[in-house]
Amino acid sequence: MSAKKYDAGVKEYRSTYWEPDYKVKDSDVLAVFKVIPQPGVDREEAAAAVAAESSTGTWTTVWTDLLTDLDYYKGRAYAIEDVPGSDDAFYAFIAYPMDLFEEGSVVNVFTSIVGNVFGFKAVRSLRLEDVRFPLWFVMTCFGPPHGIQVERDKLDKYGRPLLGCTIKPKLGLSAKNYGRAVYECLRGGLDFTKDDENVNSQPFMRWRDRFDFCQEAIEKAEIETGERKGHYMNVTAPTVEEMFKRAEYAKEIGTPIIMSDYLTIGWAAHNSLSKWCRDNGLLLHVHRAMHAVMDRNPNHGINFRVLTKLLRLLGGDHLHSGTVVGKLEGDREATLGWIDLMRDRYIKEDRSRGIFFDQDWGGMPGLFPVASGGIHVWHMPALVSIFGNDSVLQFGGGTLGHPWGNAAGAAANRVALEACVQARNEGREIEKEGKDILIAAAQHSPELKIAMETWKEIKFEFDTVDKLDTQHR
Amino acid sequence: MSKVQDYNSRLSDPASRKMGTFSYLPPMDDAQIRKQVEWIVKHGWNPAIEHTEPEYAMSNFWYMWKLPMFGETDVDVILAELKACHEANPDNHVRLIGYNNFSQSQGANMVVYRGTPV
Repeated sequence: MSAKKYDAGVKEYRSTYWEPDYKVKDSDVLAVFKVIPQPGVDREEAAAAVAAESSTGTWTTVWTDLLTDLDYYKGRAYAIEDVPGSDDAFYAFIAYPMDLFEEGSVVNVFTSIVGNVFGFKAVRSLRLEDVRFPLWFVMTCFGPPHGIQVERDKLDKYGRPLLGCTIKPKLGLSAKNYGRAVYECLRGGLDFTKDDENVNSQPFMRWRDRFDFCQEAIEKAEIETGERKGHYMNVTAPTVEEMFKRAEYAKEIGTPIIMSDYLTIGWAAHNSLSKWCRDNGLLLHVHRAMHAVMDRNPNHGINFRVLTKLLRLLGGDHLHSGTVVGKLEGDREATLGWIDLMRDRYIKEDRSRGIFFDQDWGGMPGLFPVASGGIHVWHMPALVSIFGNDSVLQFGGGTLGHPWGNAAGAAANRVALEACVQARNEGREIEKEGKDILIAAAQHSPELKIAMETWKEIKFEFDTVDKLDTQHR
Repeated sequence: MSKVQDYNSRLSDPASRKMGTFSYLPPMDDAQIRKQVEWIVKHGWNPAIEHTEPEYAMSNFWYMWKLPMFGETDVDVILAELKACHEANPDNHVRLIGYNNFSQSQGANMVVYRGTPV
């Protein structure tokens, strides 16, 4: 290689960072951004600028560039594509070499690729749509503390989705009243109950009291039903030290599962908690509070499929995925894409689901997607069909709002779930025949019958804001 | 309140104990059991039969009835083994498992004969 001379000044980004002939390496981290450049900035220059600003570049040439070989470190924009249905946005594909990143550090990768570049003036908006993590990086990360298969074995639950419920009202109950609500749900047939994301340790219910009463509820419901139960004890706390104090106590009283809010506690803290969970044998439920700040705007931010991959790398045994059919945002095909990314070992590129790259997870376990929010018994056939067995279906209002109380609400959901699974296994099309299946099941379950009457007309049919990019939005 | 129905589950009532998937539905008849066996066979899972005294149902390890039926695809053979296990252990819970060796998990697991509650 011939020596270069130092030439101070501002060069166009494209001269260094746009390489349309670049052959992508298996070891590269690949990213695709949706870019809307400022008026007057052409696509190649904008793509190159994003590659530069998310890797080694700065706005002017510096002499110290010549003390190293940037080929080992610089990001390269290698392809540009139109965004279907948009005139001003385009996809920029960027490859980052392996030398750019610390092994096993999700924090490091994202500090680079969604760092300063998102405030960069030459682009009007920027959205990270997908990232391909090379196998070397996957295997240096920690991954789910247990994974789907181990969780099923620990809880002795097979051949069906798991059932949960978030306790409501989410804030304001005393610990003992809260424990009562938990006990009623679990004795009625749910596998799990859940602290809401913002249930931490407020004055009306301190964490330790909540843990104690909920643990008693779990233990009694287990003896009563002969089945294993859990309550996601939220250990999210103001400091990392406090978070681990709560986790240690949860372990001491013998609870099977704890939870965290991975975006608000921070990724480093979450990664530590996930490692602790594997070391100590506790399952880890992960809530995604704050995600919509990053993933809802179709032109700026980070797509949830990237936040999904990131969490699988950081570690968690459950992650909220959206329900498709409930009250919360979620495009069906896109949701199917990221639930595959949570569970499968190898996911192929599939643009119809918004998946831009093949992703190989190697030996890293998968995790359960959690469908939660605004769902009730009438949604059960669609949920079983969409999510399949390896999922957690969570009915909050759909359990607690039952006219006869939580236990009856739980039993209604459990009967509906098992009826749908049985019908599916018998080869019936449960989405089409859902109504008949539920009506037949309700003949043996007065709890289900009343639930079906209560929620008969409730649907949430608003249009999705964050849709996949298609010709006709 | 008169319309509100009590949820009838008691520590003191052995009939309150449940047994995993399908235990909230009425017991399956022969035709329904056959369809579940067909589901296991259709997926290429390995059928297996286990049983236990109801008082030890919470244990992870029930007694294996012989060995898992590796590669068995004849539904009648599997149904006959279920029946044989039940007849030899009439008071026990008898469950049917479909071992999925690809996922190293159980694709199906259901109690087909419910033993005498204790």
